[in-house]
Amino acid sequence: MKTPIYMDNHATTRMDPRVFEAMKPYFMDVFGNAASRNHSFGWEAEEAVEKSRKQIADLIGATAKEIVFTSGATESNNLALKGVAEMYAERGDHIITQVIEHKAVLDTCRRLERDGVRVTYLPVKQDGLIDLDQLRDAITDKTILISVMYANNEIGVVQPMKEIGKIAKEKGVLFHSDAAQAVGKIPVNVVQDGIDLLSLTGHKLYGPKGVGALYVRRRNPRVQLTAQMDGGGHERGMRSGTLNVPGIVGLGAACEIAKREMQEETKRMSFLRDKLKDKLMSELDEVFVNGSIENGSIEHRLPHNLNISFAYVDGESLLMGINDIAVSSGSACTSATLEPSYVLKALGAGDDLAHSSIRFGIGRFNTEEEVDYVANRVIEVVRKLRELSPLYEMAKAGVDLSKVSLTAH
Amino acid sequence: MAYSDKVLEHYNPPHNVGSLDKSSPDVGTGMVGAPECGDVMKLQVKVNPETGVIEDAKFKTFGCGSAIASSSLATEWLKGRTVDQALAVKNTAIVNELSLPPVKIHCSVLAEDAIKAAIGDYKSKQNAAKPEALAV
Repeated sequence: MKTPIYMDNHATTRMDPRVFEAMKPYFMDVFGNAASRNHSFGWEAEEAVEKSRKQIADLIGATAKEIVFTSGATESNNLALKGVAEMYAERGDHIITQVIEHKAVLDTCRRLERDGVRVTYLPVKQDGLIDLDQLRDAITDKTILISVMYANNEIGVVQPMKEIGKIAKEKGVLFHSDAAQAVGKIPVNVVQDGIDLLSLTGHKLYGPKGVGALYVRRRNPRVQLTAQMDGGGHERGMRSGTLNVPGIVGLGAACEIAKREMQEETKRMSFLRDKLKDKLMSELDEVFVNGSIENGSIEHRLPHNLNISFAYVDGESLLMGINDIAVSSGSACTSATLEPSYVLKALGAGDDLAHSSIRFGIGRFNTEEEVDYVANRVIEVVRKLRELSPLYEMAKAGVDLSKVSLTAH
Repeated sequence: MAYSDKVLEHYNPPHNVGSLDKSSPDVGTGMVGAPECGDVMKLQVKVNPETGVIEDAKFKTFGCGSAIASSSLATEWLKGRTVDQALAVKNTAIVNELSLPPVKIHCSVLAEDAIKAAIGDYKSKQNAAKPEALAV
């Protein structure tokens, strides 16, 4: 077992060796521009791109023509939100999203607000899910888009996508989903879920960084977008720019592998995640899982995510203590702005639990041995830090921490 | 974010972790919090009332590695100093000693506050025990 151990697979994933092999020929052998129509260099590159389009479409229940290549999910989110807002401006100027979206969606919404679009940010309940009645009530005759992420990157909760899709269809509103964390991990089907636009990225599913896609529905209804990258009209006029052929090939290969292996892998991921969770919760007291955890039900949570708070211990000091393990924390100390995780705050957990949270993202290349090691190290360090913690000392003495007043400076 | 070696030294293992008897007249206890990041520091000093020298100091901290290191360093510096020398300890000295980056400077400020709070608590206990000292 090698250290350091990587268990931060929501941040990014290691490339699968099979993806790397698939990409290799496209740097120095099949290196043509896929838009070069007049020679075999271009034709071969184009063929590889079209193959990848199909591989991606197959994974999400779409058709190849509905896949637009981008530089990643951030760009796909920008294209979906801005592209729809601009194209459908005559029809309306209202967008509905929710508070625990990724910054790529939230910041894009803020930009649109500055340009005069109205945005409703739906709150989430303590389990991280939106309230469907609130969604229904928020829709007006000016609403042109609902954007709700499929699975959250911090707490792994999966939103009720089919139900949202039904509501959107009922009211004639387009439905976009940032599915970067869900694609390749849980079954995503744009037809069954009623999704009209979907963002995905390569580096979250053991593929390359710097490439992603936006699914844009062509039938029932035909969705149109105003391009955000102009210049050449690539991707049916929706996204100009020479295609990143090797990246696209990698993305396609990663999607094909995911489709083939998802069922088995989900079982293994859940097993490892539950083993980690059970070990931590049985050996330590005052440990809380953040977000819905319907006992491994993949309808509500990603199988490989565990976001957990260790009361009275600061997340960053815990990370420093487990310095041969790569995970992340919602603690304010780890962020440049000293703000604790906005996702955890939105759950209503309270700043103290946000400060004490650790996010584990188990991945394809983690082993059971690694999980055991990580569990033991975390337990050891949490115990040590609780010895150091004035809050733990007070809590053990029966002091009500909410009543303690501290000399602030 | 890589930690300076000095910070790690105070983390593996930290120096002077623990508690002194809060109720003892020779012990001053300061508990301070930094609202911006949720850190909490408890610092205690045991003072020799005859000489005014700090004989022992202990701390407990809830916070990041830099906060733990700042309070650990503070207890180290306090031992052997007089009460008045302790009050002169400035957060900038802690920043320099630990090579704290700008985003962690508030941890050192908190440690300075904790020292002042602990000394202040000790002094008010001493004053309460000697009412004649209050007469101007």
